[in-house]
Amino acid sequence: MKYDQARWTDDSEDRYEPLLSEKASKTVDIEDSSLPDDLTRDNLSLPDPAEPELARHYTRLSQMNYGVESGPFPLGSCTMKYNPSFTEDVAARADAAIHPGRPDSTVQGTLALCHRLQDYLGRIGGMDAVTLQPPAGAAGEFTGIQIAKAYHEHNDDERSEVVIPDSAHGTNFATAAMAGYEVVELPSGDDGRVDIEALEAAVGDDTAALMLTNPNTLGLFERDIEHIADIVHDAGGLLYYDGANLNALLGRARPGDMGFDVMHYNVHKTFATPHGGGGPGAGPVGVREELAQFLPNPHVRERGGNYEHYEPDHSIGKVHGFYGNWPVLLKTFAYIARLGDEGLRDASAKAVLNANYLAEQIEYEVPFGPFHHEFVASAGEQDAADAAKRMLDYGVHPPTTKWPEIVDEALMTEPTEGETRRSLDQLAAAFNAVASDSDAELADAPSRPAAKRIDQATAARNPRLSWQALDDT
Amino acid sequence: MSNSNSHATGSPYAPQTAAETAAMLDAVGADDLESLFDVPESVAFDGEFGIDARSERAARREVAGLLGRNADLTEFLGRGHYDHYVPSVVDDLASRSEFLTSYTQYQPEVAQGFLQALFEFQSMLVELTGLGVANCSMYDDATALGEAATLSQRVRSVSGDQILVPEHLREGKRAVLSNYADGPDLTVESYPMTDGVVDVPALADQIGDATAMVYAESPTVRGVIEERLGAIGNLAHDHEALFCLGSDPIALSLLERPADVGADVVVGDAASLGTGTAYGFGLGMFVTREEYLRQVPGRLVGASEDAADRRAYTLTLQTREQHIRKERATSNICTNQAWVALRTAMHAAWLGPDGLVELAEDCVTRARDLADRLDDIVGVKAPIHGRHHFREFLARTDQPASAIVADLAAEGFAVHAVDDHLVQVCVTETTADATDEFVAAFREVAK
Repeated sequence: MKYDQARWTDDSEDRYEPLLSEKASKTVDIEDSSLPDDLTRDNLSLPDPAEPELARHYTRLSQMNYGVESGPFPLGSCTMKYNPSFTEDVAARADAAIHPGRPDSTVQGTLALCHRLQDYLGRIGGMDAVTLQPPAGAAGEFTGIQIAKAYHEHNDDERSEVVIPDSAHGTNFATAAMAGYEVVELPSGDDGRVDIEALEAAVGDDTAALMLTNPNTLGLFERDIEHIADIVHDAGGLLYYDGANLNALLGRARPGDMGFDVMHYNVHKTFATPHGGGGPGAGPVGVREELAQFLPNPHVRERGGNYEHYEPDHSIGKVHGFYGNWPVLLKTFAYIARLGDEGLRDASAKAVLNANYLAEQIEYEVPFGPFHHEFVASAGEQDAADAAKRMLDYGVHPPTTKWPEIVDEALMTEPTEGETRRSLDQLAAAFNAVASDSDAELADAPSRPAAKRIDQATAARNPRLSWQALDDT
Repeated sequence: MSNSNSHATGSPYAPQTAAETAAMLDAVGADDLESLFDVPESVAFDGEFGIDARSERAARREVAGLLGRNADLTEFLGRGHYDHYVPSVVDDLASRSEFLTSYTQYQPEVAQGFLQALFEFQSMLVELTGLGVANCSMYDDATALGEAATLSQRVRSVSGDQILVPEHLREGKRAVLSNYADGPDLTVESYPMTDGVVDVPALADQIGDATAMVYAESPTVRGVIEERLGAIGNLAHDHEALFCLGSDPIALSLLERPADVGADVVVGDAASLGTGTAYGFGLGMFVTREEYLRQVPGRLVGASEDAADRRAYTLTLQTREQHIRKERATSNICTNQAWVALRTAMHAAWLGPDGLVELAEDCVTRARDLADRLDDIVGVKAPIHGRHHFREFLARTDQPASAIVADLAAEGFAVHAVDDHLVQVCVTETTADATDEFVAAFREVAK
């Protein structure tokens, strides 16, 4: 009964944790300020818990939250692998807590570590130069597409379109639009991969880039990748690699060797930095040599044993106010150093084996294949969102649902390398129990977590986004 | 690989035993692990990265060795990144794995804890700003400003592509804004400042029908508390432009409430609460009026009810977002800074309103006191702007600023060089104990 999360008694009225504002709140009038009255506010009204109350509040909230250490978390496309504890200690070091305004000569350790991480990521992705600045995967995409844009502009080559397969992450489409491009959506072929004929029809003089995930969101390797690269390059476009699925390929294939010109790495996926309830992550971007001149400002280089920041000749400028999500980059470095070649290769091998093993054990139809790190099952006649809620009753976190849309009632499942055979068997048992449950059981789910099915429609129809808004209702 | 656990080869975080691996390969009908990879020979990687695996202890030692090369300096540094004391309880509670290792709350029934914490974070920002809608986070202040600029274009009733920003603006922030402005073809132009604050008449001359947004900061990048925010807001509104105000939660605890000066959007770095110095790692605050709700970028947590009619929280209005709306989304942001927001909310709650106001008052008085002490030094004038300051201020030095910075570093202190003879000094409770030594060192290097 993992998710009953009862406090003292299961049916108690305060089974839920009250808001901080409901526990202890206070209004302070701003008086006797050292500033003139016309520069200050009148008062401030905020929660005022004592530290013991604060500790209980957040401890209770944590108990109402499912993380990777709570159990299997096969959220497809998110790579919810175990986050090694020691990397937290690394990031918490006092000598890592430095200010970005220091002269380079006083931060040689930080710059050396960044330089080494740039080098590691370059080797892993087969890229010639890597910037660490983008603070998330989508920020990496934006950086990469701005680099592609700068490259074309540098060549006086006006291009207006970015081509993206229909199975791609939503961020790809949004990124291209943010950078001012028109999006050309590419329908997938019958085998779930890029349809070469459709690609040839879509790509042309207006194509700035093709954004591609490989293996794609169905877990399928784009076997025609070299042909795809030729088509895009022959038209003068660049090939962008969305690194969300890189955990599938470590040491087996590298984007640079496949013909990609620009890529981002999702370090919170591939390199096990914790997802933090939504972030922070980091989205370093790797490029081929000829694109290095467009990298964000500043870039780190080594000169005679010293490290320094410099501005690349035709830099796109900045994508983060300072140098990116430094503590996350530290954790990334520590993880890569811990695993090394052998560990990274093993992580991918076990991630792929786990996905294939799980796909084999579950009774839902699993179209396409062969799979790498993830697969997309179909809930068939069931509603995938309902099936997911029912899985909560069986004590596991459900997969990503209803996406990608090319599989009906999709259950996009990525178990990662962090599961044993036993936990995969339990996960499969949960899938299979749900598969044979009735529609009524699915519609009533979940019954075991503290919160029952949450009404999303009302939340959107009547937005109440703060405790101040609750007072009005 | 040298391991302290029983899995002697491969990833220490992939827990299968060799026997399990063999049985699983058998179950999927594969001969070996390599055969699972459907990678054509021509693109297969058969080389090595050349990265040696380290034991956990060795990896930690290596990082320690590298970071040991950072100079040990007492940092009187600010300009957008601030060090405030973070209580241990924040580290302790935020490190709970249920928070740290969870992700975006796609299944709210098992994510009530984080959702409620983010709802509380949003609520605190609503109180601090007086505006109705706060999102869960942007990456940092610079990207939040970029998002505000694109929002201003989307919500404006008439076309306009000009974003006006103050002359005194951190270069990095302006550079990020320029990248966000590039796609929608916005132009970013500076308006002048005079003696540390906005030159309102000059702004009035410059603003026009094409202005989509006017951005101003209080405190400014130089630490000056802006005195005519209401007039700036009025100018913006007279031209149907949005007024975007840059600030931070500590300053907002004391300074004029943004809603009272006509702010339409408030952005800034909120990691000054909850996270100490972290080489620029931030938390973008984004708060706006309810009327712009459907144009807000990023995640929003809303209250609802569950099937037992009890209050519950969920991500809401997701049709604004990239995973639903794709190229018509309000932003491409997905992964954000939620865990940093959690820490900020914890720190704000730990301080309470008394503690926040007191901390903000200290930011005013500490800067004032330190400026006075530096001003007593021969060869130093501080502050150069005759204004109220928050945390930091500019000092003019007879010696070149670069020499002051280098000589102070040799004495174990860091300050900013802003111009040939201008340095900037920031003081908070984490450096307050070192001001005597700092002033003494400054006296020596200013000669």
